[in-house]
Amino acid sequence: MLTTVLFYVFAIILVFSALKVVTSKNPISSVLFLVLAFVTSACLWLMLNVEFLALVLIVVYVGAVMVLFLFVVMMLDIDVETMRKGFWKHLPLAILLGIIVLVEMVLVILNKPMVITGSPEVVSNNISNANQLGWVLYTQYSYPVELASMILLLGLVAAVAITLRKTDKNAKYQDIRKQVSVKASDRFEMINMPAEVEVDNLEPQNKEEVK
Amino acid sequence: METLQHVLGNAWGYFIWKLLMAIAIVLPITIFVAYVTFAERKLLGYMHARLGANRVGPKGLLQPFADLFKFVFKELIMPTKASGGIFSFAPVLLLICAILVWAVVPFSPELVFTHVNAAVLYILAISSLGVYGIVLAGWSGNSKYSFLGGVRATAQMISYELAMGFAIVGVLMVSGTLDLNGIVNGQAQGMMGGSILSWNWIPLFPMFLVYLISGVAETNRAPFDVCEGESEIVAGFFVEYSGTKFALFMLAEYLNMVLISALASLMFLGGWLSPFPVSWGLIGSAGFIWLFIKVCILLFGFIWYRATFPRYRYDQIMRLGWKVFLPITLIWIFVVGAWIVSPLNIWH
Repeated sequence: MLTTVLFYVFAIILVFSALKVVTSKNPISSVLFLVLAFVTSACLWLMLNVEFLALVLIVVYVGAVMVLFLFVVMMLDIDVETMRKGFWKHLPLAILLGIIVLVEMVLVILNKPMVITGSPEVVSNNISNANQLGWVLYTQYSYPVELASMILLLGLVAAVAITLRKTDKNAKYQDIRKQVSVKASDRFEMINMPAEVEVDNLEPQNKEEVK
Repeated sequence: METLQHVLGNAWGYFIWKLLMAIAIVLPITIFVAYVTFAERKLLGYMHARLGANRVGPKGLLQPFADLFKFVFKELIMPTKASGGIFSFAPVLLLICAILVWAVVPFSPELVFTHVNAAVLYILAISSLGVYGIVLAGWSGNSKYSFLGGVRATAQMISYELAMGFAIVGVLMVSGTLDLNGIVNGQAQGMMGGSILSWNWIPLFPMFLVYLISGVAETNRAPFDVCEGESEIVAGFFVEYSGTKFALFMLAEYLNMVLISALASLMFLGGWLSPFPVSWGLIGSAGFIWLFIKVCILLFGFIWYRATFPRYRYDQIMRLGWKVFLPITLIWIFVVGAWIVSPLNIWH
């Protein structure tokens, strides 16, 4: 009973926030609604007893990816008017693409119904979720996991390689090793010298008096 | 709990019991936090060779409450161009995340709000949400200084979260569980047999150091407090806040400090275990008092660093996180992995 109510509450929040991601005018609030959508879907997963996936969703997507998204969106100076300009011109194409995607999804779902009827198989509570997932991922599926991680690594290296071009000859880079290994004696010197009395600069009248 | 369930019915009894438990955990922590702020003022005072707060109450002991009342009665100022909803929501979000984490932190084997299998993951997840409070606070005030502070805080927290996460991975490898109770109990066993020598901080010493320093960076405390660096950007992300909202930021910061200390003591310093061997009778027995002492020592460290170190330069902070801590933890993970499968394993 309580689970059903909770499910509908989370589902309504999820659908609402997903809609607001698309419809809200302020890009920041779009990102925030996307965060809300992620958190509510993590709650839904928690209700399915997959606590590991739910928490990892929050750690990875909400805690890292979306923060960077928010970061970028905050930096952008988005003018809503210019974004709206091409709306009516591109609408037919957008509708066409939308219909194609919709038809594809409907075909797939009708062909192979993915909805599981009946309760999901109850896993023993002795082994934690993370443990089970680890066993499967690192034994049965170890090659796909490594392949996926290599693809991600490739993307990362490629992104760094594209942006990190040291072509500018005048650019100044900091050599941390040099900075850290600086000693006080490199920067200034202590010299022992006797106190100087500047006799020459004394005014002539005084000189005479001294004589 | 049974009595409550008997009187109020099953569901309501459970609900009321949990509510009482939550109050019984949050209230003492908040009062503790209030006195951490007082301790910080006093200790910093002594380290600067002055007296610190000593006027309100005997020896200044009522100072935190005076501070609180002052905050509460101050005017709430809202910048004209601030985005109102987010501006008010940001400190609340930060505080919610700081308090929610305590739901799974065990204070002793029995004294824990709720027992979660994946407690460590839960803590990582919720504390990674806290960064939103800071970013949004920085952005919504519509001030350049606070925005800069927010941007700095975000980059810093994400960078150090990684090193921190990997340091925790080392602990998880050694103890083989995500459950904080299990992690502490794991430190009571092993070759050294349940004294200070069998705690995780010795075999995982590099990770312990990385965790502690990243903890200071995560809570945006000195010497990593560039996001509020008052000499450059006034007070960083909370420039625009006043009164109660400002107090919420302070409360969240100190709550996070206490949390980092508590987690460090649970994961690396044996939690509620005594530093002495079990065979020594009373002082060898485990208890909440040991956890309390460890947390206090680590908190003293937090205050001490603030009085001792000058502020880091921002590029140095980034370099430390990405180029020093991350490689150290990654290498030590491999070392620990090899150690566990080798015959030299000391954890069984």
